[in-house]
Amino acid sequence: MVYIVIRFRRSKNKEAMQFSGSNKLEIIWTVIPFILVLLMFYYGWVGFAPMRQVPDDAMRIKTIGRMWEWEFDYGNGKLAKELVIPVDQPIRLDLESEDVNHSLFIPAFRVKEDVVPGYDNWLWFTPIYTGEYEIMCTEYCGLLHYDMVTKVRVVEREVFDDWLENLEATGLIPDPPGLAVMKQNGCMACHSLDGTELVGPSFKGLYNTEKVVLIGNQEETVVADEDYIQRAIYQPNEEIVKGYARGLMNSYEDLISQEEITSIVEYLKTLNEE
Amino acid sequence: MRNAEKYTHVSYLEHEGKYKGIWSWLLSTDHKKIGLLYLYSIAFFFVVAAILGLLLRLELIAPGPTIMDAQMYNGVFTLHGIIMVFIVVIPGLGAVFGNFFLPIMIGAKDVAFPRLNLLSWYIFIIGALLGVASQFAGDGPPDTGWTFYVPYSAESATNVIFALTAAFVLGFSSILTGINFIVTIHRMRAPGMGWFKMPLFPWSLYATAWIQVLATPIVGITLLMVIAERTLNIGFFDPALGGDPLLFQHLFWIYSHPAVYIMILPAMGVVTEIFPTFSQKPVFGYGAIVISSLAIAFVGYFVWGHHMFTTGISYWSRWFFSFLTFIVAIPSAIKVFNWISTMYGGSIDLKPPLLYAISFIFLFMIGGFTGLTLGALATNVHLHDTSFVVAHFHYIIFGGMGFAFFAGIHYWYPKMYGRMYNIKLANIAWGVLFTGFNLLYFPLFIIGLQGMPRRYFDYLPQFHAGHFISTIGAIILVIGIFMMMYNLIYYRHRGPVAPSNPWKGVTLEWQIESPPTHENFDVIPEIKNPPYLFKKEPQT
Ligand code: HEC
Ligand code: HEM
Ligand SMILES: [Cu+2]
Repeated sequence: MVYIVIRFRRSKNKEAMQFSGSNKLEIIWTVIPFILVLLMFYYGWVGFAPMRQVPDDAMRIKTIGRMWEWEFDYGNGKLAKELVIPVDQPIRLDLESEDVNHSLFIPAFRVKEDVVPGYDNWLWFTPIYTGEYEIMCTEYCGLLHYDMVTKVRVVEREVFDDWLENLEATGLIPDPPGLAVMKQNGCMACHSLDGTELVGPSFKGLYNTEKVVLIGNQEETVVADEDYIQRAIYQPNEEIVKGYARGLMNSYEDLISQEEITSIVEYLKTLNEE
Repeated sequence: MRNAEKYTHVSYLEHEGKYKGIWSWLLSTDHKKIGLLYLYSIAFFFVVAAILGLLLRLELIAPGPTIMDAQMYNGVFTLHGIIMVFIVVIPGLGAVFGNFFLPIMIGAKDVAFPRLNLLSWYIFIIGALLGVASQFAGDGPPDTGWTFYVPYSAESATNVIFALTAAFVLGFSSILTGINFIVTIHRMRAPGMGWFKMPLFPWSLYATAWIQVLATPIVGITLLMVIAERTLNIGFFDPALGGDPLLFQHLFWIYSHPAVYIMILPAMGVVTEIFPTFSQKPVFGYGAIVISSLAIAFVGYFVWGHHMFTTGISYWSRWFFSFLTFIVAIPSAIKVFNWISTMYGGSIDLKPPLLYAISFIFLFMIGGFTGLTLGALATNVHLHDTSFVVAHFHYIIFGGMGFAFFAGIHYWYPKMYGRMYNIKLANIAWGVLFTGFNLLYFPLFIIGLQGMPRRYFDYLPQFHAGHFISTIGAIILVIGIFMMMYNLIYYRHRGPVAPSNPWKGVTLEWQIESPPTHENFDVIPEIKNPPYLFKKEPQT
């Protein structure tokens, strides 16, 4: 292209040649790209086909995506936040979402598959080197999408067996009812129990303390009693805890019943005791 | 001021209609004035969204928060995407140059339904204002991305409904403009202008208009369904209510993929006008260009699934969509060959419009090749939703459609305003723009390959270098945009008076005065020859 522009610039080529097409050329440059794209398509397909054929001896791990963390379920209540796997072992991840769309991406293994609520998506791969690699979320899922990142650790078989042996079966201890309700509704994405600030304030030591809130533009001090907590869940944007933005938390009016609120309050009380 | 020299005829700009002052614009049914109304409103939104894009890039200049928090970042990229897609590029070329030049190029006095045309502009403005309102009304700016994927868009506490309504209303404007153009092209060609004597820009508008009319209603109803889901809790898409989240993605892309062709076909039409003029040579392969436009419009309907290769659609759907994606690349390749052959053997005058048109081919080809990489199943799995995709679509829509727009404005400017901008400054601005553009987007290909996901407010340290270069590019690019705009605005009243045919073009718009009179033609011309004949005597 650059050649043509220089070769036929006006100062050199005063008079333009006048021709307006050639069927022979049109056919040539239809057929050649056609063959090229078919080849590219073919190689794309051949490279892809094995990604959909899992070996029978693949180890299956249930993978849960929720705003904004990953959880790997090794069965028997053994849950982990990092994916630990033995080297040279085909792995199949069964992807489940608890809320919105996510997508599990491990750049080092060139695999990615969306985690769609209600769909049984999966992917598989065989790690051949030990080491640590990133897992990221690549389907936009809201505020902390960029932070929905964890690690996959590929280790020797014996190390893996050891690790799994010692993994606590936290999934088997039932949660107190209030906590269970909150987990089901995805509250833990924004509220921590241990004092860390996530998107919203931590629940640690919340109950019965004095809070400064904005009602409209008015600052007021209120006591975080049962009534306040109910209002915070049903009309979160009426009273905004000072220092936080409006519009981050949804109303749960249709999703959480009165009794469940009571169980949440009971649970929050227990957080004060420790 | 050079105002002393002045054209002698009464142009559409000074034409006194029923209304005076500003109303002679706001109530005008003259297709040229409506074209300019679109031009000014779209240019305004383009600048706003470009600045938003710059803010995003500034945030990403270093890891960790720099100038905003995550919620704001999500709001800004959503707004940037919504404005650029729905307000700038989808109407873009068609509404501005289509309105202004379609009737002139086919020898008509106006479009078929001038009042409907004005109404379309008002609907467009209402939609755009709704989009702006979404930022201020309700519980915070929408943060769903311009794709509005359900379930997140059904659950986000932010003001998603306004943004959905805005996109819905803008869709209406697009449909009405499409209908108007189709009827105009069918009914209003000058006597003697058979279908195959029509210039190629109108042809591309014709193919585009059909997509606008047929595909837009689908996204309209889909957006309404999301609104219904949010307000009435009807479970179309949200699995919590018994819906299907992938259904949304199918419906959304059935429109939004063809929408890419709504953007790019008129862009191809514009550069197809520019190459012959600046080579003083007939267009190469007229028939092939027409057929490939129609083929793109048609096959473009059936490739939407390539946005969904990793969503868990069935093995054979992936196969099928990948195959069709490769097929749809062929007509574009054909066009590129024809443009280059149009220049071959010509007498090439490298003026700003041609510079932009050539950069169009260059950037569009980079966008196209990376598009093939994304269309291949194996590589798509790795690259999908990474910054590789961000780079790819900016190369296609900004490098393609954006640069074609700049080419068009530099090409037709003397016709629209009867004055000429500063050519040297235009060349410099082009250089800055082009450098900035590649610095901005090329690094994104590389970090995308390394696994940098898109829509990330923050990133891992290994991606820092790429992001840093990219932000520097963004700053240069924005400077280039302002230089270009300054040139065009400053010389609007101060530039030397342009002759009616400064580039020696042969299509009809160059045969009338600059700026055109209110009715374009004193006598409707009779068309005897095919378009693009540069020698007085027809060829034997
Ligand atoms: C998207 C993030 C998000 C989710 C999910 C969320 N919240 Fe909140 N929440 C916030 C933010 C931000 C605030 C502070 C601003 C305000 O008062 O609205 C808050 C405030 C609160 C408060 C008041 C806390 C205080 O310190 O005064 C309570 C109680 C609360 N949330 C309960 C819940 C419960 C129960 C759920 C789940 C049903 C939940 N939240 C889910 C973001 C969230
Ligand atoms: C001034 C020049 C521009 C800059 C600096 C810029 C920058 C950006 C950035 C940083 C993103 C976010 C990517 C991410 O989050 O991973 C983005 C997204 C996007 N841009 Fe641009 N951009 C520019 C011009 C354009 C133009 C001209 C168009 C369209 C014609 C466009 C269309 C889009 C779209 C559709 C998105 C996706 C939004 C989404 O993810 O919802 N941009 N841009
Ligand atoms: Cu996610």
